[in-house]
Amino acid sequence: MTLPMFPPGNDPGPNFNEVLHRLGFGPFPGSGPAGAPGAQTVPGRLPGGGPGMLTVPGGGDGRASAQPFQVTHGTTICAVRYNDGVIMAGDRRATAGSAIAHRTMEKVHAADTHSGVAIAGAAGPAMEMVRIFQLQLEHYEKVEGQALSLEGKANQLSQMVRANLGMAMQGFVVVPLFAGYDLRRAKGRIYTYDPTGGRYEETDYHADGSGGRDARTTIKLGFKDDMSREQGIDLCVQALWQAADEDSATGGPDAVRGIFPTVATITAQGFERVPEPEVAQAFGRVISHLTSAEVNRTPPPVDPDEPDQGRPSKATPAKAPATRKAK
Amino acid sequence: MAMPFYVAPEQFMKDKADFARKNIGRGRPLVATVYSTGVLICAENSSRSLHKVSEIYDRIAFAGVGKYNEFDQLRVSGVQHADIKGYQFSREDVDARSLANLYARYMGNVFTHEMKPLEVEILVAEVGAQPGEDQIFHILYDGTVVDEDRFTALGGEAETITARLAKAYKAEWSLGQALKASVQALTGGERELSSRELEVAVLDRGNGRRAFRRILEAEVAELLAGREPVPVEAAT
Repeated sequence: MTLPMFPPGNDPGPNFNEVLHRLGFGPFPGSGPAGAPGAQTVPGRLPGGGPGMLTVPGGGDGRASAQPFQVTHGTTICAVRYNDGVIMAGDRRATAGSAIAHRTMEKVHAADTHSGVAIAGAAGPAMEMVRIFQLQLEHYEKVEGQALSLEGKANQLSQMVRANLGMAMQGFVVVPLFAGYDLRRAKGRIYTYDPTGGRYEETDYHADGSGGRDARTTIKLGFKDDMSREQGIDLCVQALWQAADEDSATGGPDAVRGIFPTVATITAQGFERVPEPEVAQAFGRVISHLTSAEVNRTPPPVDPDEPDQGRPSKATPAKAPATRKAK
Repeated sequence: MAMPFYVAPEQFMKDKADFARKNIGRGRPLVATVYSTGVLICAENSSRSLHKVSEIYDRIAFAGVGKYNEFDQLRVSGVQHADIKGYQFSREDVDARSLANLYARYMGNVFTHEMKPLEVEILVAEVGAQPGEDQIFHILYDGTVVDEDRFTALGGEAETITARLAKAYKAEWSLGQALKASVQALTGGERELSSRELEVAVLDRGNGRRAFRRILEAEVAELLAGREPVPVEAAT
């Protein structure tokens, strides 16, 4: 290796991704004029079509056959604003098609001392993006002697997502969720992204990934201003539970192996993982709450003359569902 | 055709060395010494924003004296090199020795091949996992590397300052003791240096992954007044 020396007219500045790109290492093209977004990594749409489908050479007959190329995916992540800042949470499951690829994947990472990034989408590019993003923030801080503003960090991530657009078009979509404590404004802030690099600031909460819709609905119904740390953690845990309940790609708490979703708080004191026992307790509360709701339900009356218990007959169209709903 | 004047290589090199030495010697000095839990770097610097001492990587710090723009460029290159190396391999594989060698090669190359040598002296320090494993590399304007394991001084009157430090040095001394002795070595007891005129930073084993920490003016004043902070390990 040699010492990187850039002439004054060609200096990459405090941008680590740009340094990587100049030296030919970076997976995400630089954002400067030398690297137009996506220009270097888009070899055109691959044959085979479909998300994550690549054509691989077939058997002895010499013809190419399309085989599914399953990409590992990360799933549900969420962020909620509360009293002291922001809580971020994510499940631990990674899937490859319908198979579970990993049970212990970490999707919520500290981006630097006062911000965190969570990822959903194709795991490979997503993890690489997190790694470069972390390095990018630290690199800027060291070169410039002071950390980027929270909005600056959010914009940096936006550029990296946009640079991944070519890959996203081929099915390797990465959708991060960025949250942090803005030390200058003394409040927690949440930024969401779309696969084209669009960056949107959310005021209160957001969830992404395949179970994101269910998580978002749960948070929407339970969100209050001025939540305490415990209330915020409970809401995130509840959202992840509901996402896992509805979405096969989202993992719930694994009591057998002792694997619990990642929960982290970001406050004026910085990024801090919520200890696993505390997350387990929060899940305990959610489970006991849901169980008691289930136990208190009156079971439907069993009619021995009714031939088909599952479907209400024409004679009594709404009887069974109506009784089930009664508490 | 006009013939260029012949200059003997000895004379040419001597002129360049004299030029570099003279300009470096005009700059205000800087000392580095190991203490019980890390490495202390203490510079005379009245600017709050133009730093002489900075962070390179998790366990590595950089310090420079001489021409600011030249050592700052070296610092940025060091950060870029370390971050790239850590990205390509692993964070554990980034070490001060290889960085010092790269600096030496670059500075030696400039000294030999360019018209003007770099008017800087730099320091690369690394805090080890255990006491006694700390390393301090002192790199001169011509690429000469000096490997120290206890203390060193850079800039004007470096030899006098080193001699003063050698007298005061005690193995395993505390941060406060090391800082007081460093300031004493810088001034020689002939003048006063207030905390306002000092730039102090440490690489401390107790600081977690990123060992580098700037010691701000108020804390420097406290340390010079003899009040030691509670060590990180003892506090937790």
